[in-house]
Amino acid sequence: MDPEHLAQLEAALGQVTGFIYPNEVELHWSILIVIYPYLTGLVAGAFILASLEKVFKVKALQPTYRLALLTALAFLIVAPMPLQAHLGHPERAFEIFLTPNSASAMAMFGFVYAWYLMVVLLMEIWFDYRADLVRWRQNDKGVMKLVRWLISLGSRDVSPAAVAFDKKAVQFITIVGIPSAFLLHGYVGFIFGSVKANPWWSSVLMPIVFLFSAIVSGISMVLLIYYVTTLLRRKELDMSCLDALASFLFYALIIDLSLEALDFIHRLYESEESIEILEQLIFGKLFLSLTIVQILLGTIVPIVFLAAARFSELPNEMKRMIYFVAAVLVQVGIFSTRWNVVIGGQLFSKSLRGLTAYKLEFGGQEGLLVAIGLLILPFLILALLLKILPPWEDAKTDSSELSEAMTEAEPSEASSLS
Amino acid sequence: MSQNYDRRKFLAELLKFPPATIVLGVIGPVRLLAAAGTDEYEPTEHYYAMGIRVEECIGCGKCVKACKLENDVPDEPYYFRTWVERYIVYTDGEVQVDSPEGGIHGFPPVADESFPPVAAGKEILRTFFVPKLCNHCDNPPCVQVCPVGATFKSQDGVVLVDEDYCIGCRYCIQACPYGARFLDPRTKTANKCTFCYHRITKGLLPACVEVCPTQARVFGEIGDRSTPLNRMMRMSHLEVLKPHMNTEPKVYYTALDGEVR
Ligand code: SF4
Ligand code: SF4
Repeated sequence: MDPEHLAQLEAALGQVTGFIYPNEVELHWSILIVIYPYLTGLVAGAFILASLEKVFKVKALQPTYRLALLTALAFLIVAPMPLQAHLGHPERAFEIFLTPNSASAMAMFGFVYAWYLMVVLLMEIWFDYRADLVRWRQNDKGVMKLVRWLISLGSRDVSPAAVAFDKKAVQFITIVGIPSAFLLHGYVGFIFGSVKANPWWSSVLMPIVFLFSAIVSGISMVLLIYYVTTLLRRKELDMSCLDALASFLFYALIIDLSLEALDFIHRLYESEESIEILEQLIFGKLFLSLTIVQILLGTIVPIVFLAAARFSELPNEMKRMIYFVAAVLVQVGIFSTRWNVVIGGQLFSKSLRGLTAYKLEFGGQEGLLVAIGLLILPFLILALLLKILPPWEDAKTDSSELSEAMTEAEPSEASSLS
Repeated sequence: MSQNYDRRKFLAELLKFPPATIVLGVIGPVRLLAAAGTDEYEPTEHYYAMGIRVEECIGCGKCVKACKLENDVPDEPYYFRTWVERYIVYTDGEVQVDSPEGGIHGFPPVADESFPPVAAGKEILRTFFVPKLCNHCDNPPCVQVCPVGATFKSQDGVVLVDEDYCIGCRYCIQACPYGARFLDPRTKTANKCTFCYHRITKGLLPACVEVCPTQARVFGEIGDRSTPLNRMMRMSHLEVLKPHMNTEPKVYYTALDGEVR
């Protein structure tokens, strides 16, 4: 047996207060399972943001439409990795597809994921980019030409009729996509919400709370990525776009906070047998990550910041900075939200008589290093996607401008690719 | 060894006679067939359950030890298929529960002044021990959540884990309201009490039941009038753990205190 693991269990045993069942010393869902809902939340949120532009015709969000789609894709590619890495037998994961237990919420993961990736996201991106890919290809050389030819599946038709069809297809997929995005993340909420054995998780509100926190996280992430990439490209930030993002973020945060508050008050008022141990949890082990980071820094402060900046006459420079800081805080808050659900739900005993501890490993399969790697990976994938499928407005019509933009951003790589 | 040799020699001698060969050749298969007829286990003819008489348990921990030995449960005190909890109810209503190393070595005495709460002037109202194990729920949440069906309910009412199939996702551990499951650190698969399936299907008792010196553990079948469990179920007031979870446990307790969760 792994001595490091045993030492860790011993340390955990030393930190137990009250009584826990002897098998509960080991905490089973680690930081990797925190990352999983964090990533899928970003996917669903970014996609819903993209849909705002397409379906609800929020024109101000035009500059972030494609960026949001690519962000969703980059995070979606990484989303199953923490799940896979966390399994005791990763090599048996395919059994979920071959012999799924239809009664199991987790067994549906593969299908929900495949549906979302194949039917929604990839299709929408493909139709949206198809005509551009064909046009870009004409000026491409070498690897890039091949890659784009492959991605466009050899498509050639840029006639107005074909482009009109693309548009229609995108519209249609977006409409299918919105409920799918709700499904993707609502489903993750259900995985936790349906565990009746765990009073911290078991709640019908869970999928809805997950959904709104997903929207919050997606909007703020796209805002951050738009901000940073635009600065890196030395372009002007579109202020009306940022304002729109900030407004949506603000409203989503309000709904998110209301739902959380509703959940909290409901529990307090019902005061079931678990209330005592949950109180100990909230005001003890989770005080920092829940009250301070998630609620105060991650929700209330951003709400105040956004309201102050959005609905006042500050200079644009100031506004932008405030939006940026608010979005960063929101990300930190959302990560704690996931932490508080996943880890928090395992810190108390199902005997409701005691608390245990989680000590994050540094190395190892479920350690901090792997977690950090999994959080960086989506950005690397996104960087690659941005090269192959530039989402910028200026890339859309004229490919010469595009290569200029890319040369500006990262001269060495751009030249080697084109 | 020598006996073996003798038998082999005897058979070798016997084979020299053709008629003997024929006789042996017929007897062998016939005996095999007969054996198959009587010994073959038919799961649909059984429906197992366990009774626990809280008032009889003395907290000796022999069952915990026997289980670890019989089922090759890892020694470390984080892995248990069965364990014993001690409840101490004080006169002021406070309840203290402990289960040092699952109770495998018994429990430290409480009645004397060396026990901290007693030393601090608290008076004990009553104490009792509660053996715990997988309840082999009739409506098992662990089976419901397993994504690949590695955890399943067998026809004879025993909830089992197929360790060649388990992917180690640990959803079942989260879903069990009783803390009955652990992840075997060697196989990285879910593990828990099987009612000693390898024994009961041969007509033996589970190891914990076998060693219990006070017969606090009673094994048997539901619906079979002749088992001790059925006598217990007829004569006693029965309780199950966390009935509000609607898991329909098949481990039945007598004299179970409301404090037990
Ligand atoms: S006690 Fe737990 S492990 Fe056993 S059948 Fe019930 S839910 Fe499953
Ligand atoms: S750990 Fe194994 S038995 Fe438990 S739910 Fe996962 S696959 Fe099924």
